[in-house]
Amino acid sequence: MTAYLAKRLATGLATLLVASVVVFCVLEIMPGDPALLMLGMNAEPEALATLREQMGLNQPVVLRYLDWVCGMAVGDFGRSYTYSTPVHDLIGERILVSLPLAILSLILSTAIAIPVGIFAAARRGRPADTVTMGVAQVGVAIPNFWFALLLIYLFAVWLQLVPAGGFPGWSAGLWAGLKALILPAVALALPQAAILARVTRSAMLEVLGEDYIRTARAKGMPRRVVLWHHALRNAMIPVLTILGLQFAFLLAGTIIIENVFYLPGLGRLVFQAITQRDLIVVEGVVMLLVAAVVAVNILVDIGYAIVDPRLRTRR
Amino acid sequence: MSLDPTLREDPAEPHFLWLVLSNRSFLIGAAVTLAVAAMALLSFVWTPHDITNLVVADRLQGLSWSHPLGTDHLGRDILSMIMIGARNSIAVAIVAVVIGMGVGVPLGAWAAARGGWLDDVLMRFNDLVFAFPALLSAIMITAIFGPGAVNAIIAIGIFNVPVFARVARAGALSIWPREFILAARAAGKSRTLITIEHILPNITALLLVQGTIQFALGILAEAGLSYLGLGAQPPMPSWGRMLFEAQTRMIVAPHLAIFPGLAIVVTVLGLNLLGDGLRDLLDPRLRRQR
Amino acid sequence: MSLLSIENLSLDIAGLPILKDVDLSVEPGEVLGLVGESGSGKSMTALTVMQLLPEAARTQGRVTFDGIDILAAPEEAMCRLRGDDIGMVFQEPMTALNPVKTIGEQVAEGIRWHTGANRADAEARARAILDRVGLPEAKFPLTRFPHELSGGQRQRVVIAIACALKPKLLIADEPTTALDVVLQAQILDLLRDLVDENRMGLLLISHDLAVVAEMADRVTIMRHGEVVDAGRTAGILTEQRHPYTRRLAEASTHVPARARTEPSGEDRKALLDVSGVTRDYPGRRKGFFSRAEPFRAVDNVSFSLAPGHAVALVGRSGCGKSTLARMILALDRPTAGEIRLAGEALGDKSEAELRSARRNMQVVFQDPYGSFNPRHRVERLVAEPLHLLDKRPTAAERREQVAEALHDVGLSPSDMDKFPHQFSGGQRQRISIARAIITRPRLIVADEPVSALDVSIRAQILDLFADLNQRLDLTYLFITHDLTVARAITDEVMVMDEGRIVERGRTQEVLKHPRTAPARALVDAAPDLERALAARRGDKAL
Repeated sequence: MTAYLAKRLATGLATLLVASVVVFCVLEIMPGDPALLMLGMNAEPEALATLREQMGLNQPVVLRYLDWVCGMAVGDFGRSYTYSTPVHDLIGERILVSLPLAILSLILSTAIAIPVGIFAAARRGRPADTVTMGVAQVGVAIPNFWFALLLIYLFAVWLQLVPAGGFPGWSAGLWAGLKALILPAVALALPQAAILARVTRSAMLEVLGEDYIRTARAKGMPRRVVLWHHALRNAMIPVLTILGLQFAFLLAGTIIIENVFYLPGLGRLVFQAITQRDLIVVEGVVMLLVAAVVAVNILVDIGYAIVDPRLRTRR
Repeated sequence: MSLDPTLREDPAEPHFLWLVLSNRSFLIGAAVTLAVAAMALLSFVWTPHDITNLVVADRLQGLSWSHPLGTDHLGRDILSMIMIGARNSIAVAIVAVVIGMGVGVPLGAWAAARGGWLDDVLMRFNDLVFAFPALLSAIMITAIFGPGAVNAIIAIGIFNVPVFARVARAGALSIWPREFILAARAAGKSRTLITIEHILPNITALLLVQGTIQFALGILAEAGLSYLGLGAQPPMPSWGRMLFEAQTRMIVAPHLAIFPGLAIVVTVLGLNLLGDGLRDLLDPRLRRQR
Repeated sequence: MSLLSIENLSLDIAGLPILKDVDLSVEPGEVLGLVGESGSGKSMTALTVMQLLPEAARTQGRVTFDGIDILAAPEEAMCRLRGDDIGMVFQEPMTALNPVKTIGEQVAEGIRWHTGANRADAEARARAILDRVGLPEAKFPLTRFPHELSGGQRQRVVIAIACALKPKLLIADEPTTALDVVLQAQILDLLRDLVDENRMGLLLISHDLAVVAEMADRVTIMRHGEVVDAGRTAGILTEQRHPYTRRLAEASTHVPARARTEPSGEDRKALLDVSGVTRDYPGRRKGFFSRAEPFRAVDNVSFSLAPGHAVALVGRSGCGKSTLARMILALDRPTAGEIRLAGEALGDKSEAELRSARRNMQVVFQDPYGSFNPRHRVERLVAEPLHLLDKRPTAAERREQVAEALHDVGLSPSDMDKFPHQFSGGQRQRISIARAIITRPRLIVADEPVSALDVSIRAQILDLFADLNQRLDLTYLFITHDLTVARAITDEVMVMDEGRIVERGRTQEVLKHPRTAPARALVDAAPDLERALAARRGDKAL
């Protein structure tokens, strides 16, 4: 188990390292002069030179890369050109919106999808299965940002139950903050839940056809008990895989959804940074998101090991 | 499994055409997909209105005979915009699938055929690309080159590569230990030849199904990117962009947000149904399970 | 009153008739052998008794167990019966256990469910029954997971689950088909002892007449969903009144007529020469830093094969015989040692350099279903080895050669435009042989070529092998764990055990007087119809 974990952590770190090279190369080497980009074409040469000096652009590429990576390792993401504040302050502020939003929608989508998937699998071929899976089929096809627009129209414009967008800050109280996150979380969660429910159902059906299910039934266990005690845990293996993949989609989704609801999260930060060509912010946020995806994948691998004893002893 | 005596000998295997005609998912999916494609093709020669001709007097009209789906804030006909937008969505998604398949399938098949360290390296590389959701790559690409439909294609295409590589590799790995592969090796065929003659034909069904899924995901991703302004640029209409423009005018003209969204849902739904239908038709194991 | 009685049972699944008017009965303490070839409906009969049929199944007739009308019993009543009064053991031990639960949990679960015992008591009982089936605590604690056990050990766990509550009836559906003969004998012994101890009734389902002859008091023979013959084992199998019973019995002891080519080995040069061949596989690493201990699958094996000879390589599963076969076929490389075919060394050669050697040796596999690319037509399948010829044949020549090969194996040339799924298992094995002989090779390596086939078909394929041996002057290396195959068709036997060849000799000699322990274990464990019947007649005489 420890060897398994150590291996996963090592590959995770290696992935991050390579990712950092990719991000650095793409954003630092390929385009022209960031200082020029920032100040515009008709910038004073002196101002440009000073800015270059400030940004450390005169140093060799390898040094700049090492500087950047080592900085990130200790939590220093550099200084934003446009906000003139340390990037980690910006991120620290924005993550308080993005992280609760991502977690809330992940919980929401899992809490809906897994029971629905199991329910449909247990009633395979009956009307309840057909109807839920029909709804899920449509759910998969709905773009989350369009769903968000419909939700805004229905709950904010028409029923006026929640704000249409914006974020009052956690200082305004837990409830006020949560209230602003409800619609975004639902908009993010439901299309994901539709996918997850379909995966759960097919994983359950696959497992229910296995020989050991028959063995359990031959033991005298009723169908329902077999479903919960034997099938579910085995079906969790593919469900975990999808859950890991979905987290990446969810992060991408938050970028869009934060823009729909004008939420001051990481997505909005990175988006504004692009329009303002604030590369150091883009780099920092992209690396953070990549790190989040890698971390979740490690968690998924740990989940596999918990569910499946074969992984604990092998490898 | 000896549960089903008909599993091995199938005396009454129904005719394939009959299977196709009795597969509702496939029929509906194929019909919807063809309809959307036809709509996009039609837009090259005919649209109800010319959308380059801005008639500001007609702006934000509701549904009417002349404008079945209403008009936008510049007086452009929504139906015509949706028809032309379909071109953009389909083109971006198809090219992205072609990129993903073209790079991913050979990589995955190669990794499965060679095994060993090469397989490890390729799969780690896959994990790496997987850590960049399409939107992140699109953001990075846009940060450098500025926004545009080509960037959307590249970003979504890059994301498709590891998907196809994984599917191809997993499919190939399940074929390699089969006895007919050993027989082919005993017949002196090289790994490359075996991959071409035996492996690829036996995973086409898998790839085709994944292709329709990625096609559908590509349409969704393209809509998301163009909603954010990272995809096709005006004046080229795109479904995502139409939704972005509709957002601020939703209180006065909700139809602006309804129809482009419905266009996305119907197209993606059609493709997903097509994929499900194909899977049932092409995977004999699932077919017999039903 | 019978423990189990089935009267006029008919069954159809989604309108497809599976069983027709089946009658059988099992008395307490009695072993009933239910025999039939694949598709005869024997497994479905068992699942009917358990009421574990697929949902689309419709039954008619009467099934009574211990006074209870099974077909009319509600699901809750069946749940009370299953695992308590009726236990069931399945064919495939590798997949019959839940991979994510410990064996203790899986055995104790049924005990707790039926008796309401607390966890500690249930575990104590689970411990006791696992001890009983030969999995002692010291080596097999309750916390073991299925993947840590071998196939034979897993089958013991399944038997423990089925017998934990001392059922009145045990149903065993081909319980040893997936195991090698030595394990088979052990499992059958265990079942017999459990039946004697608890006065259980045992419904033993098998395709193997010899197994049934050894185990069963009475037999019921099924074919195409109907009972064709039934009665006391000795009577039925000795008198063989019913033609189908006779066919089955003849097929399972069938020896093809072969005019033995006496080994003129010395004057002809060896066709295949294996010397000092060893194959190591990288082992599993024990810890993070410790080096992996390699696993030696084949250990310093040497032998040679004279042309025209048929030699069997027999051994238990996992003894390394298939690894050896793959190295001979140059599909795998030896770690050490050398293999020569007709004097030409195969080691270190590139695929291109191996072409001439590959022309001279071909292979026939076990599974007639997995050995063809399902998307190719027979012509292309059979023609595949023609790839090895230096001069590519034209399309017409190719068709002609395929037609000839198909004719050689008793198929019609018109079959070449069909797909493999249009053929039965026996026919597919013929196609497989046609593919193997199309380049007119000198050596055929056959890996368990008949063990996936029903007995009657097996006899035909053995005849075909014998016929081709003579007509085409082929040399055979048969890989098998089944001594009846070795006896039927080979001149010589090599016995392999833990990677080494431990014994070699004339087939009759080795089977009658095995000299080494592994050979003796194989011979003793092999079920033998005639020996079993003789023993039964002896019983009666006593």
